[in-house]
Amino acid sequence: MSADDAAFRPQSETPEVAARRRAMALLARARREELAEPIAKRWPDHGARDLKPIESGLVMLRGRIGGDGAPFNLGEATVTRAVVELPTGERGFAHILGRDATTARLAAIADALWRREVGDVETLILAPVAERLAAEAAQARAETAATRVDFFTLVRGEDAA
Amino acid sequence: MSALAFADPTFESQAAFRRVMRAMSRPGTILVCGEALAPPAPLARAAAAALLTLADFETPLWIAPSFPDSIGDYLAFHSGAPRAAAPDKAAFALIDLSADGLDLFHFAQGTAEYPDRSTTIVAQASTLEAGPRLRLRGPGIEGEAALAVSPSPTDFLAQWAANRAAFPCGVDLILVADARLVALPRSTAIIEEAD
Repeated sequence: MSADDAAFRPQSETPEVAARRRAMALLARARREELAEPIAKRWPDHGARDLKPIESGLVMLRGRIGGDGAPFNLGEATVTRAVVELPTGERGFAHILGRDATTARLAAIADALWRREVGDVETLILAPVAERLAAEAAQARAETAATRVDFFTLVRGEDAA
Repeated sequence: MSALAFADPTFESQAAFRRVMRAMSRPGTILVCGEALAPPAPLARAAAAALLTLADFETPLWIAPSFPDSIGDYLAFHSGAPRAAAPDKAAFALIDLSADGLDLFHFAQGTAEYPDRSTTIVAQASTLEAGPRLRLRGPGIEGEAALAVSPSPTDFLAQWAANRAAFPCGVDLILVADARLVALPRSTAIIEEAD
């Protein structure tokens, strides 16, 4: 699934919501160093504080066969949630897979910074993450393509005039 | 700056739940609850503790108009509870006895099949130690218990008698003052006002 996957986008979505959704989806999949280094360099004194304690819990993953079948519960995934607030009032939220509280907090800080300084966060954090994810997806596609088998049906005679 | 809720949501909400349950099972007993919280004014600490513990995304919350928007934002942000459109659609309600009148029949009463679908009202008083002395009787009270609430809602005794008469329907009341709370479940009878 890609962050821009149309099947996961509600139809009522506004462009602002779509942009935030894209940013949060990228931050959710950023690695710790991809968040920690730019934040330490560009925003060393961001002063974010936790509005809720960082918590790990389970979320039920729901699926639909083919994207539009009846919903079913696929299984549970461990998710860590962080909610922070900057001294200037912006709130940042992050939900990431796994139990890494430090990364979840960094992603929430990046989300809050994105609401304040969208350009810098785009170039310093989101662009490298998007680039890495695209490269990984391309590699997975290439590896899958190498295993592709094309089937041909030879003319067997009964269709022949 | 936004106000914080429980520092340790799991254990502190369990502790608050335990206190609210004990208050409900022992009507008239005053318990300390939410002493570590710092909710935005004018929300009482015990009211914040009870609502943060009990309310969630499935329980519509009605907040009396005398409370500023910051209270609704605080409770919605930390509990996830939606705002009820009207008092009789609410699972929980928050009122301030000093600023709002209390009419128990404005709230959801439950039905004969589902008496649990009634509103639990969290009412902020200024004190639980002064005012007209109420004598309580009923399940959970050995003999008799006493309670004094100030300010006391108008016609409270008549309203409560009617609420009690509708049993098993009717509302439950949690009275709070700062970090203390006392519960009046619908099964409790207020027998008379002694001078």
